[in-house]
Amino acid sequence: MRRDSPLLLSRRSVLFGTGALVLSFSGRGLAQTVTAPGDETQNFQAVPEPAPDLPGSLKTNPDLDSWIRIAPDGRVTVFTGKAELGQGIRTALLQVAAEELEAPFEALSLVGPDTSASPNEGFTAGSHSVQDSGTAIRNAAAQVRDILIGEAARRWTLPVENLRAEAGAVIAPDGQRATYGELVSAELIEVRAQPNSRLKDPNSFREMGRPRPRIDIPRKVTGGEAYVQDMRPEGMVHGRIVRPPSPGARLVSVDTAGVEAMPGVLKVVRDGSFLGLVAQKEWQAIKAMWALSAAARWEERQTLPDATNLPAVLMAMPREDAEVVREGTPAPGSVKTIEARFTRPYQLHASIGPSCAIGVLENGTTTVWTHSQGVYPLRQAIAEMLRVPPEEVRCVHQEGSGCYGHNAADDVAADAALLAQALPRRPVRVQWMREQEHAWEPFSPGMVTEVRAGLDANGNVTDWTYGVWSNTHNSRPGGAPALLAAQHLATPFPPKPAKVQITKEGNGDRNSNPLYAFPSRDVTWHFLPDMPLRVSALRGLGAYMNVVSIECFMDELAAAADADPVEYRLRHLQDPRARDVVNLAARRFGWRPKMSLPKHHGVGFAFARYKNLAAYCAVAMEVEVEPSSGRVRMVRASTAVDAGEVVNPDGIANQVQGGILQSASWTLYEAVTFDPTRVTSVDWSTYPILRFDALPDTIDVEIIPRPGEAFLGAGECSQGPGGAALANAIMAATGQRIRDLPLTRERIRAAVGEG
Amino acid sequence: MVALTVNGTRHEIEAEPDTPLLYVLRDECHLHGAKYGCGLGQCGACTVIVGGEAVLSCVTPLLLLENKEVTTVEGLGTIEQPGPMQQAFIEEQAAQCGYCIPGMMMRAQALLGRNPAATDGEIRAHMEPNLCRCGTHMRIMAAIRRAGELMQTSGRAASADAPQRAG
Repeated sequence: MRRDSPLLLSRRSVLFGTGALVLSFSGRGLAQTVTAPGDETQNFQAVPEPAPDLPGSLKTNPDLDSWIRIAPDGRVTVFTGKAELGQGIRTALLQVAAEELEAPFEALSLVGPDTSASPNEGFTAGSHSVQDSGTAIRNAAAQVRDILIGEAARRWTLPVENLRAEAGAVIAPDGQRATYGELVSAELIEVRAQPNSRLKDPNSFREMGRPRPRIDIPRKVTGGEAYVQDMRPEGMVHGRIVRPPSPGARLVSVDTAGVEAMPGVLKVVRDGSFLGLVAQKEWQAIKAMWALSAAARWEERQTLPDATNLPAVLMAMPREDAEVVREGTPAPGSVKTIEARFTRPYQLHASIGPSCAIGVLENGTTTVWTHSQGVYPLRQAIAEMLRVPPEEVRCVHQEGSGCYGHNAADDVAADAALLAQALPRRPVRVQWMREQEHAWEPFSPGMVTEVRAGLDANGNVTDWTYGVWSNTHNSRPGGAPALLAAQHLATPFPPKPAKVQITKEGNGDRNSNPLYAFPSRDVTWHFLPDMPLRVSALRGLGAYMNVVSIECFMDELAAAADADPVEYRLRHLQDPRARDVVNLAARRFGWRPKMSLPKHHGVGFAFARYKNLAAYCAVAMEVEVEPSSGRVRMVRASTAVDAGEVVNPDGIANQVQGGILQSASWTLYEAVTFDPTRVTSVDWSTYPILRFDALPDTIDVEIIPRPGEAFLGAGECSQGPGGAALANAIMAATGQRIRDLPLTRERIRAAVGEG
Repeated sequence: MVALTVNGTRHEIEAEPDTPLLYVLRDECHLHGAKYGCGLGQCGACTVIVGGEAVLSCVTPLLLLENKEVTTVEGLGTIEQPGPMQQAFIEEQAAQCGYCIPGMMMRAQALLGRNPAATDGEIRAHMEPNLCRCGTHMRIMAAIRRAGELMQTSGRAASADAPQRAG
């Protein structure tokens, strides 16, 4: 946390703190609510959109001073509603602001999501941060820069065209110079953004498009306070929760006397099946938690589906069929029909650091420091749970361990808020235990896909039919029912039923519509409303499974057509930018038809454009499979990415490499396990993930520069192609296609006849 | 009361003897580098160096640490003057969320403290216990290699910042 932040910081004090500008925010938030269908960040939280004609998040927050303020000493504060999740967004957004504002990077600081200081940008999700917040900041910075140039022109009675902005100052032809701090006044930038900005020519960029070292890394590698887990406000105490042993369990009774007498224990809190405690020290809290757990009697029920036959269970569930796309007519001349079914189990976010939050109730306001992806929706949910007005809850984002979607961040924030009510004025820090994180975070849903294609005599696709069976991938806070603790209270907030909705960006159906130019296509989301296991958003939502299914199947079609997989993709791809990444990845990799490789090696290729509207990504990968053990080792990978205009190429490369390794882990190892009553994958031994031994020697990433194009979100673009390229390479190495994820050693051994 | 030395400073710790070193470091010494990841010795986020060896602080009780020398990531340098391991991770931008990184650095430090010229295979085998979820492994490997180079060129492998094997 920022060390100079007082424990409770009102929005007004933030404003006074900046010195120059004292602004009134009254009257805001009264705009008409317009939902933007198709935007994942707004699927379950309608953000008021008073200015739909403005670029990026200016639509929802059109006032320039919501984004940028300048102090008399020239220091610039940039505000964002998007959270740093380890994707490097703080650095990238400051690069954008420094560029368009013509201010030195070092003069800028960033205020992140905070319900009393930052714009409401809904959730940080769906690779939207640069697209939405970056676009808003870029335009706001350009407009503020031009306002300051205009002010200098007015003072000097010179034409605007004769002045230029540079390094935080406006400069006249004769060398006369006025700093932004000298020029700025509150009224000047207390204005609504205009639809058009005078954006800089990419040829004149000095900050954007360049690799800028991330501002957060030095603190993280030297033991600084970097995460909510590291905060230690004055008087802080430690809370722990005793979770039920199973999703259907109910707390029958608990004898708290013994625990209350334990060293350091300050409070035991019970409300229905919500059971927690607060102690002076963390280790005391953990020991008390174990004792309280042993003292609790639960009634358990069998509520979980048959894990031994999950795909069949999913396909037999009640469902609602929603048409994603149906267009074109099958081309004549189909000589062959090929079909396949792919399956994936429930999987975890599995953050390395269990979720954590700090809550304090002081002067009638509950403040929660949280690594939630959406502080505004979380505030609303916590207020509903506490049955107080939203104004009495403040949520402040602090970084946590990487979350990769809707993990337990919001749940632990609710836990901290509840325990804080029992001990007013004491900041209560709650961190989940490893086994709680594994068992209780919202999972990514199990999925089944079925795909069928007709081929003509040349092996080209004549028609394409695709179906995906899946729950919703989004149960983010749309109120208290999304919070785990709220479901356990004596007066519970039961989970809301999920509704199917076909949107531009997709959900379980994300990327179910291939970008290939097929003569006809029929794509259906077989939406499963029942959620026997709690599920929500994991990085990419349905995109990972849909891209893996489509791209593995494209290889099967290429094989049936006796075609090279890269050539086969190119013959069905018309989008020139898609073709560029495919060609570039193949060239970098040295892809050739029927490459000669060492024994037990194989190469695989895959491509997708994330959400069909964000970054393009193609991956080529070589693997080695040891038949006797079924062990897979990646050998090398080459990747090409088109993310539109690039802010920080090193940040994109880091995200793309990370996405490939993360999806390799999903693809090779990961499955939530459960019996009829309990989740049984509760630690790293029962839910293994990728380790150093599986690493390739190299993953090279080439980013195609697209100066002047729109930003295309890149944070989640490589999971689908990465996982699919790996699966295709395993097929090439073994000659066996395994269509059930994960591609474990056992499955590979069985497929190659070594099982 | 247990006396131990953390990053060169002697501490007398008044805590229950079963308290894992992780909570001693975080709650008594107010150091943030070692992270809670699992409490089970399965992920390495809490890795520190005790007597030259990488140790999982979440499963190492205080009572075993009398008069031991503990080094955490804070002992490798400062934000103003980062040590070679820290410098290497900054140069290679070897972090996404960064939560696992101090544990990675401490495990790597234990290896390079003995052998700054460790091979890729040795580094991989040595790093096997530590988990990263963001998929930053390639950069972590690059940073460890770079740290080895920095240590060899500056001769700092033998300095007080790079603890040696005990006894």
